[in-house]
Amino acid sequence: MSAVMQAGIGGDRLARRRARVIRERIIELILFLAALVSVFTTVGIVYILVKESVVFFEQVPITRFLTDTQWTPLFDDAHFGIVVLLSGTLTSSAVALSIAIPLGTVIAIYLSEFAPFKLREVAKPFLEMLGGVPTIIYGYFALLFVTPLLQKIYPELPGFNLLSAGIVMGIMIIPYVSSISEDAMRAVPMSLREGSYAVGATRFQTAVKVVVPAAFSGIASAYILGISRAVGETMILAVAAGMQPNLTFNPLEPAATITAFIVQVALGDLPHGSVGYQTIFAAGLTLMVFTLACNIGGHLLRKSFREAY
Amino acid sequence: MKPIKDLIRRRKRWDAIFAACGLAALMVGVLTFTALFVDMAIDGVGRLSWDFFTNFPSRRPGQAGILSAWVGSTLVMLTTAFFAVPLGVAAGIYLEEYAPKNWVTDVIEINITNLAGVPSIVYGLLALGLFVYQFGLGQSILSAGLTLALLILPVVIVATREAIRSIPQAIREGSYALGATKWQTTSHHILPYSLAGIMTGVIIGMARAIGETAPVITIGALTFIAFLPPPPITAEPPFLSFEWIMSPFTVMPIQMFNWTSRPEAAFHHNAAAAGLVLVVMTLSMNALAIYIRYRLRKNIKW
Repeated sequence: MSAVMQAGIGGDRLARRRARVIRERIIELILFLAALVSVFTTVGIVYILVKESVVFFEQVPITRFLTDTQWTPLFDDAHFGIVVLLSGTLTSSAVALSIAIPLGTVIAIYLSEFAPFKLREVAKPFLEMLGGVPTIIYGYFALLFVTPLLQKIYPELPGFNLLSAGIVMGIMIIPYVSSISEDAMRAVPMSLREGSYAVGATRFQTAVKVVVPAAFSGIASAYILGISRAVGETMILAVAAGMQPNLTFNPLEPAATITAFIVQVALGDLPHGSVGYQTIFAAGLTLMVFTLACNIGGHLLRKSFREAY
Repeated sequence: MKPIKDLIRRRKRWDAIFAACGLAALMVGVLTFTALFVDMAIDGVGRLSWDFFTNFPSRRPGQAGILSAWVGSTLVMLTTAFFAVPLGVAAGIYLEEYAPKNWVTDVIEINITNLAGVPSIVYGLLALGLFVYQFGLGQSILSAGLTLALLILPVVIVATREAIRSIPQAIREGSYALGATKWQTTSHHILPYSLAGIMTGVIIGMARAIGETAPVITIGALTFIAFLPPPPITAEPPFLSFEWIMSPFTVMPIQMFNWTSRPEAAFHHNAAAAGLVLVVMTLSMNALAIYIRYRLRKNIKW
């Protein structure tokens, strides 16, 4: 009797244990699938962009896409010269980065090497907030505050222009640049700074000649993140730079960027499957290739310049 | 002796000059933010009234309101959270607690880093091709919610991982020593202890999603909506209706974009008022997240 009971309990235990192992396995599988969603997203993005772009490039030869100097995909006399949109993207990004990179770097050095503890504790969350303001609000600000302000200095400036959009975009990007650069500088070990002070260097000399070179890989990746933010930024440009395709490198003119063009088409009512519809995927693919190149470049840069302490 | 003293003084002066530059650069940020906020408040505050929240958009700027926009934003956010939170937390747990060190894990990690750098409008194109047409979900709240969920997934995953990583190994070992399985350890110990960290990540992600305009425009959300989605609670059994999830919609940033891009100044005041509401919403969410993180750092000492 007791032997039977023991066997029963033993069997029960084994069964419970098996059930437990199976349940653990199932849970692990579910968690794994959740992690795979990110891979599916990437695959989905590449699949959709390439699929629609292939149809597009069957109708528009890629040489024309790259060499044409007009962009009028929605006209009867359609031209598809991506250079036109790229010029807008590059010009606005250049304006933005010429503000974000110097200011972001100076802020990072200041907060990491100079600022008193209290100020840093206040400034960091504030900068984070600045990065959290929705971009449509920056767009409103660029169009209705910065542009009128610039027009007071330079009256010929048109209502839509790349300059004010670029300036506001630059200010928006400052927190991204400064926070990553600062993290990189703070990761530089104290002993390096102490060594520098010991041979008589001032704070500024230490910051520029010791800390910045030591944190170079992190600072470079902050710049690259800034570049890909600028290239992919949409609403500020859609609101403040006008959506007129314009092959120009003059920031005082209005121009459309790749992103603004996508918004413009999406706002209209294009039938699914038309060339106009496929154009935005070709434009999106260009954008994606550009940002991917940035990301890979940043990765390689980080790898080759990484200093381990 | 004199030249050395001079040298020191000169070098020190550079220190002071740079510190001033740093402070000035910081001030650029502060000033911009103040100018933005004050400018919007001056333009918009006159339009903020009860009617502004309970009126539909209208051709007459004085009667236009943000009812359909804030209802749409709320419903889209609910959908986004419904997908992004479980998926992101599960993925974060997998990567921190379960993942073996092999190429599959590497691929997943590289993907997450990469996705964080993809411009948001590209997510819009993905959603337009995949959700709207391939899956036939149309220009619905569901499509928008899924899109924004994918967009903030990296934020939630990274926050979850960081929160989990800060839990000392001894907690896990204690749990295993008592015979707990991996999932018991995770659900009874790891998750509760990392909850605050995960919450900050989720709030920051949602604050980002609520202000996202480009992907939602790309999937074809309408800019002028003068009706509400069907209510989620109905008079007849089963009393719950999910019809709203397939309904057309608009969201706060799109409403603001629409008003901003009109030429009349009266609409710009509406845009400013909508922007004020939006900025207060995102900033208070961000502030909440920062506060939770601050409390967390102060309270937990392992």
